[in-house]
Amino acid sequence: MSDLAEIIARNEGQIRSEWIRDMSQTVLRTDLISKSELEEQCNTLLKSVMAGARSGAPTDVTTSGWSPAREFLEGISSSRARQGFSPTEVATFVLSLKRPLFAAARREMGTTPDKLFEVVWTATELLDRLALLTTEAYIATREELIVRQQQELLELSTPVVKLWEGILALPIIGTLDSARTQVVMENLLQSVVSTNSKYAIIDITGVPTVDTLVAQHLLKTITAARLMGAECIISGVRPQIAQTIVHLGINLEDVTTRAKMSDAFALALQMSGRTVVRQAASAAGSKGVLAGPLAKQEA
Amino acid sequence: MSETKRETLPLKTSNDVVLARQRVRQWATELRFTLVDQTKLVTAASELARNTLDHGHGGSVTVEQLVQGPRVGLRLTFEDQGPGIPDLEMALKDGFTTGNGMGLGLGGSKRLVNEFAIESAPGKGTRVTVIRWK
Amino acid sequence: MERIPVLRMGSLLLITIQVDMHDKLALQLQDDVTSRIAEWGSTGVLIDISSLEIVDSFIGRMLANIAAMSRVLGAETIVVGMQPAVAITLVELGMSLPGVRTALSVEAGMELLYGAGAGFRTGSDDERDEA
Repeated sequence: MSDLAEIIARNEGQIRSEWIRDMSQTVLRTDLISKSELEEQCNTLLKSVMAGARSGAPTDVTTSGWSPAREFLEGISSSRARQGFSPTEVATFVLSLKRPLFAAARREMGTTPDKLFEVVWTATELLDRLALLTTEAYIATREELIVRQQQELLELSTPVVKLWEGILALPIIGTLDSARTQVVMENLLQSVVSTNSKYAIIDITGVPTVDTLVAQHLLKTITAARLMGAECIISGVRPQIAQTIVHLGINLEDVTTRAKMSDAFALALQMSGRTVVRQAASAAGSKGVLAGPLAKQEA
Repeated sequence: MSETKRETLPLKTSNDVVLARQRVRQWATELRFTLVDQTKLVTAASELARNTLDHGHGGSVTVEQLVQGPRVGLRLTFEDQGPGIPDLEMALKDGFTTGNGMGLGLGGSKRLVNEFAIESAPGKGTRVTVIRWK
Repeated sequence: MERIPVLRMGSLLLITIQVDMHDKLALQLQDDVTSRIAEWGSTGVLIDISSLEIVDSFIGRMLANIAAMSRVLGAETIVVGMQPAVAITLVELGMSLPGVRTALSVEAGMELLYGAGAGFRTGSDDERDEA
């Protein structure tokens, strides 16, 4: 139905200025977008609507004749979603084109109500679809943002701490599901490589429950570390967890576990061939703080 | 679900297996898969390509980019006109391999991808389709 | 035909795999390692896979085979430098590489083979040369 395209073509200037005027009164966000940018966007949309209306399928916005319009709208919806526009504001950009368009149609076809009705109906169907498109694109962008934030949150919540040369600690707080395990595993293994640490203590004090699935996840992590040449020690095993593990028949034969992280640390030190030596009391204490170990070395 | 780009590669020599691996790696990099996901997919591709060559007497692999709404993925289809697999259930089962079995690598590959489908029968060849979503 | 070079450092064999191996290359490596151990009387084999981005079941079996065959010939094998993504994938694949000892780096590997601060031994060279 090229009537619509012709009507737009003949009235382009007026439609555009009325459209912008209407929007300014309601939805123009001068804090987020400049007037000239908005005018440019109106121009682009009008031109692509004309092109689409002239294409073989005037209201089927999924066809190729409409891809410039689609791509343009998806693009600005995405950027507006990121800029902080509300979904209504984004959709209104498209919907506020209706009034100027209908006004132009009435000017041209006011005397033939049947044809006027056709054009108005086509226009409204079209613009509704385009507006819905912007809403979908908006939502997709927000979801992408949420997923990214979730990812960052996951990564932040499992820090890797270097306890000593070659000994890392990974305190896990919260439930260990498969998504989290992936992140934990990758973090740990990457740290093992970058710090060249042969020992990693995985502390599960902050993990509320350990069921077969969690155990499997932990075992995968330990196996992967072992494959690389590092050893893992699980610490922070609470008495209830120990009971659950035995009741579930989880096999932890190949896994070294300790109740407290301090025990695990002591073990790691020992395994790496180190001893902690307490200096004789008289040597340290009698000379006072300034003369003891904190004193500067004498030449 | 709409598909966009695709590419078919031959699997007739052991060098083809290497080339196929590298191509899959390039596809995955272009789609910006994470390193671990890439590694899993390329490793699965290597297993299945080798199967096609060794057990299927040679065939081909088709790489396709998939778009399903907001998510993007890669689909690999391995096909051969070889003898087919007589006992599919057996082939898919594997204990954690001790590393020296003649295991067809199917069970393992299955764990490396998100979706896995296999059609095979004696005399009818084999087709394995796997998908990894980003 | 191209081969993966096997370097000798005293009683140690050092192999750095930097190419995407096709099957024949992998099998050739297995042969070369066993020949060299027999020829030079090596007691240690260090395989550096830090450049390998993919280790599938075939390569995994190759590594396990090299370790097993070397052991029969009196040499100990250590595989070093496995990338995290590779380790994660091997676990998912179900390959545990039994009989293959691993270390984080070449230094760590040498320490495992010859003890702390070992560097590499040259003493045994002289004895072998006279044989």
